[in-house]
Amino acid sequence: MTFRQEMKKALLTSAWFVFLTFPILVIRVNTIENVIEWRWLNMMWIAAGSFILSLLWSFYFGRKTGDPGKKTEAFAPADKAGSLFRNPRFRMPALVLTALFATAFPFLFSVYQTSIMTTALMYVVLGLGLNIIVGLAGLLNLGYVAFYAVGAYSYALLHYHFGLGFWVVLPLGGLLATLFAILLGFPVLRLRGDYLAIVTLGFGEIVRLILENWNEFSFGPSGISNIPRPGLLGLDLNLDTATIYLYYLMIGLCLITIFVFGRIRDSRIGRALIALREDEIACQAMGIDKARTKLLAFALGSTWAGLMGVIFAAKTTFVNPASFTFLESAMILSIVVLGGMGSILGVVLGAFLLILLPEYLRAFSDYRMLLFGTTMVIMMIFRPQGIITGIRRTYQFRGGSIDGATAGK
Amino acid sequence: MLELNNVETFYGNIMALKGITLKVYEGEIITLIGANGAGKTTTLMSISGIVPPRSGEILFQGKPIHCLSPDEIVALGISQVPEGRRIFPQLSVQENLDMGAFLRRDTAGIRKDLDYVFGLFPILAQRRHQAGGTLSGGEQQMLAISRSLMARPRLLLLDEPSLGLAPMMVKLIFQVIGKINGEGATTIFLVEQNANMAMQVAHRGYVMENGRIALSGTASELLHDEHVKKAYLGI
Repeated sequence: MTFRQEMKKALLTSAWFVFLTFPILVIRVNTIENVIEWRWLNMMWIAAGSFILSLLWSFYFGRKTGDPGKKTEAFAPADKAGSLFRNPRFRMPALVLTALFATAFPFLFSVYQTSIMTTALMYVVLGLGLNIIVGLAGLLNLGYVAFYAVGAYSYALLHYHFGLGFWVVLPLGGLLATLFAILLGFPVLRLRGDYLAIVTLGFGEIVRLILENWNEFSFGPSGISNIPRPGLLGLDLNLDTATIYLYYLMIGLCLITIFVFGRIRDSRIGRALIALREDEIACQAMGIDKARTKLLAFALGSTWAGLMGVIFAAKTTFVNPASFTFLESAMILSIVVLGGMGSILGVVLGAFLLILLPEYLRAFSDYRMLLFGTTMVIMMIFRPQGIITGIRRTYQFRGGSIDGATAGK
Repeated sequence: MLELNNVETFYGNIMALKGITLKVYEGEIITLIGANGAGKTTTLMSISGIVPPRSGEILFQGKPIHCLSPDEIVALGISQVPEGRRIFPQLSVQENLDMGAFLRRDTAGIRKDLDYVFGLFPILAQRRHQAGGTLSGGEQQMLAISRSLMARPRLLLLDEPSLGLAPMMVKLIFQVIGKINGEGATTIFLVEQNANMAMQVAHRGYVMENGRIALSGTASELLHDEHVKKAYLGI
């Protein structure tokens, strides 16, 4: 496209934006003095801004389509962050630095910061759990928060009625969430794609509504308070040390999750999940039990939500249904999609971005959702595969037995 | 080895198979030819349990299999190469092959069979770590056949292996089909549109029309049958 054409297009774009935003940004009815204010300056800003953005946009895409070499690159593992991380020379120091930073974090920053960090780590685990279901098996689950709620309420209720401690309930919460996942899984096995999304969304809402309305069971909207924080060998911890203790606990759980997720992904089961996502009929022809594999994905993914639910209840010492709304599910799903489906590092980065940024940008809290939405839209246009693409590990046979065989034939 | 007795299969209310009866003997290559929509693919889907028949019986080595699930049927030694290849595009060639051996636990045997299929199709060995989706159509068909062989089947169901391939590639694929049948104890059930090619490699054949078996006989009988000549061979 020539320069003139581009200018013309940018001008048209800015005119269109001016037209669109005119009613809300230019006209203001002052009800007190009963006059209409015309804010022409706003219009100028919109015009100038959209003109420049439009030019930048066409410049970016012009380069992208103009250069054929650039286009093929999008197919290859083009993400620089990912390939940088896979480079062992960079990887080791980066891991060591991260480990050091993570260990020293509670001593470098305040308890408040540590608490936020713990939340972010919880979302890392939640994201990785959902990544098994959505990223690997391709089952769009919009009710993931239900399993989170199951975990949280199992700790709250088991403590309230039977006085069970954190360490007893932690595995129980995970187990209960798994059980619920299998219960939900059975009826929805035949569904996929949009239909599955709607059913899981419904399931999430049902769990929340039950918790909200069944007063005798869950104490309704007022929730359950006075849930104890996790104990450490019977020591009496004050709020600060308990927060720091929970932080280290989360670091440990995060590492376990990352390890387990990696093992699942690189195992035959993980490949079966990916295969199931790609072609169900071929999977059946290969003898992969569709129902069992889908249930497995549901169960493996939901366990983490149950575990995190227990942690959540212990961290906030209070649970009520308001913590388990659809927004929470959407948040976790956003972490997975933004980070990169099937990728570990991507989900970790996604969780930190989506949880920490809103915390540190409290100054702009009015615009938080606006920024969130804009970021998502821009991400989906420019990097639909997420921050880091989930390129899976491939293994090579050592010793070249296959090369020998093919050479012999 | 495989026996279908009066098999009827439905898609919803639509009757796709209107009572199919056929027999496959151990060690032979049998072919099923017919026009589009005759029910060839449905026959294979019924055998492999993906679309289970509503009535009739399917016996594999004397035992009924029409009530088993697809994975149990694969475990018995029936492996299907689905129509249109259906490889897993994001998995590498080697991972695709490994999915074929999903139900097997004998690592040494799997490695041996991997060597075997790489011997059949050396190009796959070169592309071992490439994603399945980046292969050409012919290579994908090779991969689909190899993947099914990885289950070490006693009966291999092939659904239109020549679909959308260049004549050279079709020739190669059919050569390998003959080779697989000749070398091992693999019986082959071949569904084809390319009747001429199929008859040349097969021992016996069935002709399907509108959900029924219209004709059967040895390959040479069918090749010289006036009706088959006119309808399927274009002579």
